[in-house]
Amino acid sequence: MKICVLVKEVPDAAVEKRIDPSTGRMDRSGEKNLNPYDTHAIEAAMQLKEGGALQVDEIVAVTMGPESAVRALHKAVSLGADRSIHLTDAALAGSDVAATGYALAKALEKEQPDVVLLGQQSDDGECYTIGAVVAEHLKAPSLTQVIKLDVVDGGLRCERQAEYGYDTVQVSLPAVISVGDAINEPRYPSLKAIMGAKKKPLETASAADAGIDASLVGGDGSRVQCGEFKAPPAKAAGTIIEDEDTDATVEQIVAWLDERKLI
Amino acid sequence: MPADRLLPDDESAAIVALARDFAAAELAPRAAAAEEAGAFPRELFRELGRLGILGMPYPEELGGGGQSYEVYLQALEELGGAWASVGVGVSVHVMSCYPLATWGSDEQRERWLGELLAGDLLGAYALSEAEAGSDPGAMRARATRVADGYRLDGSKAWVTHGGEADFYTLFARTSKDRARGISCFLVPGDAPGLAAQAPERKMGLTGSTTATVDLDAVALDADRVIGAEGDGLSIALQALDSGRLGIAAVAVGVAQAALDHAVAYARERRTFGKAIIDHQGLGFLLADMAAATACARGVMLDAARRRDRGLPFSQQASIAKLVATDTAMKVTTDAVQVLGGYGYTKEFPVERLMREAKVMQIFEGTNQIQRLVIARHLARGAGR
Repeated sequence: MKICVLVKEVPDAAVEKRIDPSTGRMDRSGEKNLNPYDTHAIEAAMQLKEGGALQVDEIVAVTMGPESAVRALHKAVSLGADRSIHLTDAALAGSDVAATGYALAKALEKEQPDVVLLGQQSDDGECYTIGAVVAEHLKAPSLTQVIKLDVVDGGLRCERQAEYGYDTVQVSLPAVISVGDAINEPRYPSLKAIMGAKKKPLETASAADAGIDASLVGGDGSRVQCGEFKAPPAKAAGTIIEDEDTDATVEQIVAWLDERKLI
Repeated sequence: MPADRLLPDDESAAIVALARDFAAAELAPRAAAAEEAGAFPRELFRELGRLGILGMPYPEELGGGGQSYEVYLQALEELGGAWASVGVGVSVHVMSCYPLATWGSDEQRERWLGELLAGDLLGAYALSEAEAGSDPGAMRARATRVADGYRLDGSKAWVTHGGEADFYTLFARTSKDRARGISCFLVPGDAPGLAAQAPERKMGLTGSTTATVDLDAVALDADRVIGAEGDGLSIALQALDSGRLGIAAVAVGVAQAALDHAVAYARERRTFGKAIIDHQGLGFLLADMAAATACARGVMLDAARRRDRGLPFSQQASIAKLVATDTAMKVTTDAVQVLGGYGYTKEFPVERLMREAKVMQIFEGTNQIQRLVIARHLARGAGR
C-alpha cells in the first residue's frame, strides 16, 4: 500500500510572524522549515511501515508551494519518505484553504494513496482544516487531531483528541488522517539520510500536470478575501492571588469564579 | 535566536539544523542537572554516533560523514553551546580518531576505524602527563618492545573520557630521544593493566569525566602502533591542530549561548521604566559581546576553510583557539554581569558557561602555548 504525507514549508518557529499589509498574505521571508506537525505525520507513516501490520510499499511526501518548498521535501525524505512530489505553479499562489485543499486533492488523485497523513495544523496558517478539505474532494473519510494509530482488522483504529476526552474511531481505507504532536516523537534525520535526500526521486508538477482547474485556485479562485488586519487586543492584566493560607486562597478563587457565574 | 550562518548549501544547512535541533531538544534540557550531578551522558554519545555526528569530518569511504571542517565546526558549535561537556566530548572523540584515520595503515583502518567513526565506540586522547603538559617531549610513559608487541607502563593525566572510553589514542616513549622517541598507540579501553583513577573534581565541565589513566604492564599487539615508531610527537601535534579547531568551535558556541541568554534577559528585564537593553551602558556591553563572538567565529571559519582547501592552517588554528576561548571567557563573564545577581546563581545557565569557558583557555594547549605557536610561525616568516 501507499501512504502520502502532506507537508508544508513554514516560517521557522523562531521567526516572528506578520502579515504583509501590501499583499494581505503572510510574510514568508526569513528562515523557513518543514512544518513541525508534519514531522509527526511522517513519523506516523514510518511507524506504520516499520510496524509490519500493514504492507507499506511506499511513503510519498507531497507539498504545494514555491520553489523554496523543495527544502521541506528534502527534509521529509531525510526523515524517511521514499520520494516526493512538488506541486508548484504561479497560478496556485494566494490560494485559500479551500483552493489549496482542492489542488492537493488533485495531486493526490494521481497517486491513489491508501492513507493520507498530515499534521493537524500548520505552524503559520494554523487553520486545522486542510485534511478535511482534501478528504472531501477525495470522497474519503476524514479524521482530525489523531494522537494514536493502530492497525486493526485491516483498517486503522484511531484515537482523536476531543474537548471532552478521546474518541476511538475505526476507519476503513482509504482515509485522510491529520495527527497531533502527541502521537509520537519524531526521529532525527541521520547525516547519511540528509546527504541521501537529494538522491531520492522528486517530481515537479504544475497545476496543469495535476489536472487542476485554474479558475478554482490562486487569489482569484479563492473565496476568502482578506481585508484589514489588526493585532489582537492586549490581554488585561490578571489577578494574582498570593497563596499564604491555602484555605483562604481556595475561598478567594471560588469567590472569583462564582462572581463570574463560572461555577 | 540561533546564530545567523552562511553555509555552503542546503545540505550543510540541514546538517547544522540537525545539530541545533538535537542540542535544543536533547542537550539543553539535560545539561544543568547532569552537570550538577557529575553524570557522564554516555547514551547521548551513542545517539550522536547513530546520527553520524561522531564521524562527521572524515571521508565517506572511511565510514565518516564526508563533511568539511567549515560545516562540522558549526554543527559542533551548536552542540557545545547547549552543553559544553558534550561538545568537548565530540571534539575529543573526533581528535582521537585522527591518528588512525590519517596515519594508520589500510589494514589498521579497515579493522578499527569503522566502529570508531560510527560512534559505537567512544575515544579518548592520552598525551599529557602530570609532569608533561605543555611540553609533551618530557613525557615518561614508556612502551617497551617485547616478543609479540609492546608493554606499556606509566600514567597519562587529564584524559577526557578517562575510564569511560572504549579506546585510547595514547602516546608513549619508545626511546629516550626527546622528539623522535615518542610513538602513538591505539589501546583498547578494557586492556588488562589499564585503569583509570578517580575522576578529577573540576570547576566546570563536570558532566565530562577527566581522569589519570594508569598503565601497568599493559600488553599490546605489535599492530597497535599507529604510524612508524618515533612518529608520535608529529602525529600528536598534527592531531592537535585539528582538535584546537574543535575546541574553538565549542568556545564560540559557549560565547553565543551566553550572548543569547544575556540578550533574552536584557530584553525582558526592566529598570527605570525600560528594558535594560535600552540603557546604553548595557546595550553597548551586549554589542561588544556580539562583536567579539562574531569575530571569534570568523577567525575559526577562516582556519577551517584553509584546512578544507588543503592549505597549512596550524598558525590559524592556534589563533582560532586563542581568540575563541579568550572570547568565551570574556563574553560569559559579561553575561553574568548582564544578569546581575541572577547571573551569579545556578537558576540561570550563565554562571555554568563562565566556569566552562575557563578550562578552554587551558586545555588542548594553554593559550600561552598558542601564542608560542603563533610566534614561532612569525619568527619563521610563515605568518600570514
